[in-house]
Amino acid sequence: MLRFILRRLLQAIPTLLGVLTLTWFLFFGTASAESIARRNLSSKDPTPAQVQGWIKEHGYDQPPAVQLRKATVDMLMFKFGKSDATKEDIWTRIRQGAGPSIVVSSTIFIGTVFGAILVAVLAAAFRGTYIDKTTTIVCVLLMSVVYTVYVIGGQYFLSKQLRYGPIWGFDPASGLFKYILVPSAIGFAAGIATEIRLYRTFLLDEISQDYVRTARAKGVSETRILAQHVLKNALIPIITNTVAVIPGLILGGLLLENFFGIPGLGSYLFEALGSNDFSVVRAMVFLGTLLYIFGLIMTDIAYAIVDPRVRID
Amino acid sequence: MEKLLQVDDLRTWFRTSRGIVKAVDGVSFDVAPGKTRAIVGESGCGKSITALSILQLVPEPAGYIESGKIHFGGEDILERSWTDMRGLRGREIAMIFQEPMTSLNPTRTIGWQLSEAMTVHGKDAPAARARALELLERVGLRDPNAALRQYPHELSGGMRQRVMIAIALANRPKLLIADEPTTALDVTVQAQIMSLIKELQDELGMAMLLITHDLGIVSEVAHDVSVMYAGQVVEAAPTRDLFHDPRHPYTQGLFASLPARNRRGKDLMTLDGIVPDAANWPTGCRFAERCAHRLDACSAPPALHGSGTHRQVRCHLPSAMEVTK
Ligand SMILES: Nc1ncnc2c1ncn2[C@@H]1O[C@H](COP(=O)(O)OP(=O)(O)OP(=O)(O)O)[C@@H](O)[C@H]1O
Ligand SMILES: [Mg+2]
Repeated sequence: MLRFILRRLLQAIPTLLGVLTLTWFLFFGTASAESIARRNLSSKDPTPAQVQGWIKEHGYDQPPAVQLRKATVDMLMFKFGKSDATKEDIWTRIRQGAGPSIVVSSTIFIGTVFGAILVAVLAAAFRGTYIDKTTTIVCVLLMSVVYTVYVIGGQYFLSKQLRYGPIWGFDPASGLFKYILVPSAIGFAAGIATEIRLYRTFLLDEISQDYVRTARAKGVSETRILAQHVLKNALIPIITNTVAVIPGLILGGLLLENFFGIPGLGSYLFEALGSNDFSVVRAMVFLGTLLYIFGLIMTDIAYAIVDPRVRID
Repeated sequence: MEKLLQVDDLRTWFRTSRGIVKAVDGVSFDVAPGKTRAIVGESGCGKSITALSILQLVPEPAGYIESGKIHFGGEDILERSWTDMRGLRGREIAMIFQEPMTSLNPTRTIGWQLSEAMTVHGKDAPAARARALELLERVGLRDPNAALRQYPHELSGGMRQRVMIAIALANRPKLLIADEPTTALDVTVQAQIMSLIKELQDELGMAMLLITHDLGIVSEVAHDVSVMYAGQVVEAAPTRDLFHDPRHPYTQGLFASLPARNRRGKDLMTLDGIVPDAANWPTGCRFAERCAHRLDACSAPPALHGSGTHRQVRCHLPSAMEVTK
């Protein structure tokens, strides 16, 4: 197990380097150091000397190889450096922002996955009946709404009208629950329909397998077949799919944190993108990739737990 | 003699985009207690659907039993609700399927799946576990103790079919339905599995409905044979009579190629021509198009002549009808 995790982490290094190099090229392919300097300098019309001073100060005058090394290898050592825009230590900001982000996105993630499994099992149990059909219609409706509409609608109805939580701000000292309730509900509503549809398909695929016919021929009840036979097998594709949820979670967090003023990593990245703060962007891209790789490793471990045909190491 | 299973004019149809597929369209046969009836016929003629109909396990929602009666131990079990059928399934009537590779749940151990066959019918878990071990030993697994904890993918096809047999026989059923139990296995394993089934049948005194392509198996195991064609029984007789003197041109065609004693392991011969479309059966004799002895009368559907205990033939030919007198 430990060997497996270590091996996977080593295998992740080339992936991380690749992603970071690509990010560097994308960033400096679209913006010159000079334009970044101008955006970050506070005076409206900086003198060329000021611009050159800024570039030198932030190391963007060094040879590309040195810059690239800073943007890739240093990241791998978790040396994130200071923000181009605010000169704050990036690692400190990440540590502060991680808490709120993790709380909100893991609430959404766990709620979505378990909620979707529950509804999908019900739909599959009552396949073909009006319960199943109603679920399908509701899901299609939910899926046809854009994320921002959920955010605005949620803020209006849940926060403003029903007062389930504040529209803006984050102060866990005065009760974490009310700050995460509305954003989590929005993330949940925006994401669950796709998962329900998918999980329902996975379950129905399993129901038509031969081993289900064997179970029926043994005299096993449909409820037991669903709970004891079908669900365990359907968990295999469900687990595969959960990693695919991570990018959506990151993007959703970006929007939610901004709209609700939650000082998490999403807000941080949003600010950094707005001010062309490359040193923050690359650190966040690194973390996002790391999270994804972590998700993949967790998936493989979960696989080995549900599927006896899969062995790790 | 009182029949254990009696199927009367069974019709099992499917609603499809092509219209109604009459997969089983008027099938009758019976099985006496402790005896074996074989059902033979070309692929797609409705053998498996007939077998699944008995347990009310026809693939839903497309498939449904249109009409007919199925008596088991004197009771019309088609009257039973789907839920009430559960008491019969696996306890009174058990079934073995053709595909040992996919018929077991890949994520549960052999012991779990075998015990479940008993616990769903009320046996307590420790007793079921103990009997599971006993059964695995009886069906010839090399290391039954280890097998209890193994998963299906760790066993070969032949071993999995032995496990399926153990599951089917766990509750000592009165009737075993075996749907081509050896077709998917290596030739060398086929004979072993069939003799195991036969042995256990004698041991438990159960009746068997055996669906097979293998005429050698039929001649060795079956007391009676029903030959199916295009969703119907075209000829039925005690095994010896049928092998000595097949009357229906279709049966004659199937048996033509080989002398009886050489038929072990040989599949039914395939005839020229194709089976008509199940969504659109011919109005007359369904075999007429492929038949060398066709008469004018064959444009009308032939009835099944004869009595159930001797020979029945569905044919207009005088030579075929003669035997029924
Ligand atoms: N789910 C289904 N939907 C529609 N038609 C079906 C379905 N299942 C079976 N059929 C029809 O029923 C016919 C009989 O099928 P069945 O499985 O009983 O054949 P069989 O005699 O067992 O053949 P084989 O020897 O290949 O196992 C098929 O030809 C097919 O047309
Ligand atoms: Mg079949």
